Amino acid sequence: MIAGISIYEILTVTSILFFIGIYGFITRKNLISILISIELIMNASVVNFVIINKYLYPDILQGVLFSIFIIAVTAAETALAVAIIINLYRQISSVEVKDTETMKY
Amino acid sequence: MNLNYTILIPLIPLAVFLLLGIFNQKIKPAISGYIGVFGLIASGILSFYTAYQYFFIYGKVDGVYQTFVEKTVWMNFTDTLHIDMGVLIDPISVMMLIVVSIVSLMVHIYSRGYMKGDDGYTRFFAYLSLFSFSIYGLVLATNLFQIYIFWELVGVSSYLLIGYYYTKTSAVAAAKKAFIVTRFADLGFLIGILIIGYYTGTYDFETLNNPEGSAILNWASTSFMGLSVITWALILIFMGGAGKSAMFPLHIWLPDAMEGPTPVSALIHAATMVVAGVYLVARLFPMYYFVEDGFALNIVAYVGAFSSLFAAVIAITQTDIKRVLAFSTMSQLGYMMLALGVSGYDGHEGVGYMASMFHLFTHAMFKALLFLGAGSVIHAVHSNYLKDMGGLRKYMPITNITFLIAALAISGIPPFAGFFSKDEILVAAFEHNKLIYYVSVFVAGLTAFYMFRIYFGIFWGKEREYKHTPHESPLSMTFPLMILALLSISTGFIPFSEFVSADKAGFETHLDYPLAAIAIAVGLIGIIVAWIFYKKENNLADKFANGFGFLYKWASNKFYFDEIYMFVTKKILFKRVAAPIAWFDKKVVDATMEGIGNKTVVTSNKIKGIQSGKVQDYALYFVSGVVVIALVFIYLWTN
Amino acid sequence: MEKIIFYILALLMIVFAIASVSSRKMLRSVIYLLFVLVSVAGIYFLIDYNFLGAIQLTVYAGGIIVLIIFSVLLVHHIEMELEVAKTSKKILTGIICAIGLGVFLTTIYSYNFNVVENSISTTTEDIGTKLLSYGNGGFILPFEVISVLLLAAMIGAIIIAKGKKLTDKIN
Repeated sequence: MIAGISIYEILTVTSILFFIGIYGFITRKNLISILISIELIMNASVVNFVIINKYLYPDILQGVLFSIFIIAVTAAETALAVAIIINLYRQISSVEVKDTETMKY
Repeated sequence: MNLNYTILIPLIPLAVFLLLGIFNQKIKPAISGYIGVFGLIASGILSFYTAYQYFFIYGKVDGVYQTFVEKTVWMNFTDTLHIDMGVLIDPISVMMLIVVSIVSLMVHIYSRGYMKGDDGYTRFFAYLSLFSFSIYGLVLATNLFQIYIFWELVGVSSYLLIGYYYTKTSAVAAAKKAFIVTRFADLGFLIGILIIGYYTGTYDFETLNNPEGSAILNWASTSFMGLSVITWALILIFMGGAGKSAMFPLHIWLPDAMEGPTPVSALIHAATMVVAGVYLVARLFPMYYFVEDGFALNIVAYVGAFSSLFAAVIAITQTDIKRVLAFSTMSQLGYMMLALGVSGYDGHEGVGYMASMFHLFTHAMFKALLFLGAGSVIHAVHSNYLKDMGGLRKYMPITNITFLIAALAISGIPPFAGFFSKDEILVAAFEHNKLIYYVSVFVAGLTAFYMFRIYFGIFWGKEREYKHTPHESPLSMTFPLMILALLSISTGFIPFSEFVSADKAGFETHLDYPLAAIAIAVGLIGIIVAWIFYKKENNLADKFANGFGFLYKWASNKFYFDEIYMFVTKKILFKRVAAPIAWFDKKVVDATMEGIGNKTVVTSNKIKGIQSGKVQDYALYFVSGVVVIALVFIYLWTN
Repeated sequence: MEKIIFYILALLMIVFAIASVSSRKMLRSVIYLLFVLVSVAGIYFLIDYNFLGAIQLTVYAGGIIVLIIFSVLLVHHIEMELEVAKTSKKILTGIICAIGLGVFLTTIYSYNFNVVENSISTTTEDIGTKLLSYGNGGFILPFEVISVLLLAAMIGAIIIAKGKKLTDKIN
């Protein structure tokens, strides 16, 4: 509990963070930037877990534990993403999104 | 009576057809000929065995020939209305089996000589077997639909055989003409079948033909334009029969069908397929007779009489011997039709029915013989035209004798087969309708005249300049001629009325001497006139033809019927009806469909950019979608 | 006092997040992200989840950021300017995000949270016990699964990053 701060204010902040992440995910042209945006989104949701746990169900630890798992999964995901980016860079010498569009029609 | 083996009669030729058709290139011509012939021999033996069993052992119960049916349901429409497949054995189907077996076998044997060295030898025998299968199936059909299926199969094999020389433009045109004209007629047949199915609820011949059955007793229940619908159906069915049997005015395909190889003409366009129409009417004879007091049957009689006269007049003027025979066939088919038309039902009343079938039987023999003889002549002089022939009796003695026998038979001179059957027809006509009787007597005279016109023209008259000296055909060709000649002499003595009659009970017939004498006299007059005109080269015939002036010209141009049909179809149907419809189809129907297609392609090209392959774009769509759905469900979908 | 710290942290988070997604220099972008993550750790400390804050700092700030910086250094020059999206696309995305944010906030503010006043402090021991407990409400199974997942991710990352060379050797 943060004295004088209601849950609404914290959720507002995380929502803003979340949409900044989405904005970045869509507008950035670089795979690493996209990865950064994903981190933002993840963090926003992790904070939400923790805050809701603390404000609404203080006597159990579900939210905290989930946050730990999410952080672990994010770490794994980042490691894989970085590996893919490096591999891709080796093959096409670029990490721009516009160069990786083989899914196109 | 165990009928299981009769199913083999059509199936053997089918197997032969498949064998020859599939291994067309693999089989040596000589072997394929033997395969065809032996297949037919097997079917023929079974047919004769069936006939023996039926006519002499099992068939007659209490003096009436029974109808044996063996069938299985093939297609169910309702509980009562279904299409069966099976075999039906009764006097006329057995008789037809015999006719088809004999003629088909003879033609097969003959073809081995006639077609020797032809490129499509195996194909030819495959088609012949297909035809044999179809006609056997047609003869044995148990119901209207089955007969219709085989009817079309017969049409197809006829088409294939007429167009056998497919590199010849005229043959292709003739094949198409035959197919289209008969198909047009079959449209009537099909509508007739559907009407019968709708109003009587059955296609079975047995049920339909039962004089005490509901189909016949309830004919008056529904009427259309002053006639019972059943009568309309019968008239439409007769239209199909008229198409196959080349009755006026659907006859135009038959002369052109002579473009096919001569054995084909003998088998299909003389003896078997063209009598399918007669067979069809005979098959439904009780219906024709009982429904509406035989109104439809009268139409059959008049169409038959007119066709026989019409064809006989044309036959006199033709110079292509196969065409003369074609018109003669049409004329004789008219005879059979008119005999059916004037027939009664019970006992001796049904003499017309018996006479028709009898004539069908004998005609098959001597007409096949005439065609095969003509084929032998054509084989020798390489021309179809009378002007290229003459004095061949010295070179081709066997053909000469057999052709003479056939000509005498068709002219109705005793003791040849044609005399007996024709006499019965004249008796039937005399007893029922005097007008038709006079017509048929006149036609008998014309028949004798034109037959002997070509006989004298071919075998007598002046010898022409032949490129190669004509010679007698090989044994494989003359053997069938001799067999058929023998049959043309002997079949007349069969007591036919005891086997085949309308009520199936059989009756005794005796020669009606005055009528027979008239018929013989008329026939002899025809022969003598022909003898005077054509035995020696003279200009009597030409003078005579000039005397008739435009009438002769009309007749030699077949009364311009082809031209009339061409005018009607090309100038009226194609131009006034088909062309606007085609325009509508192209500009409206097709254009709409193509427009839809084009618009789809254009739109796709425009919007395919959406599928950019960029994850971010998909993410944008995804987020937008989620937002829209959230908005909808939170604010709009509240209840 | 805590209130002021929270507002400062919130302001830092939002400002650096925006900076992170709009900076045209790659490395700066990553550093801004670091600031956001640190601010998040600050929030955790504020609400008395010290262990979580520590993890946030070590795993995110210490691990992930370093990983990303490595990859940036491997594939970019430090001073390289990034391409930016078309303005129309930016505006469109901005509008959609704004609408989405509006939907979120209206939903959040219209919901009456049942807040429990408390000042329970969670110790590391509690978290450890819960994680390794196999009783009711224990998280031993997810814990094991996540450890396997981490192992798999590690191997996978190595294999992918090594790329062709490894397969060449095998062949």
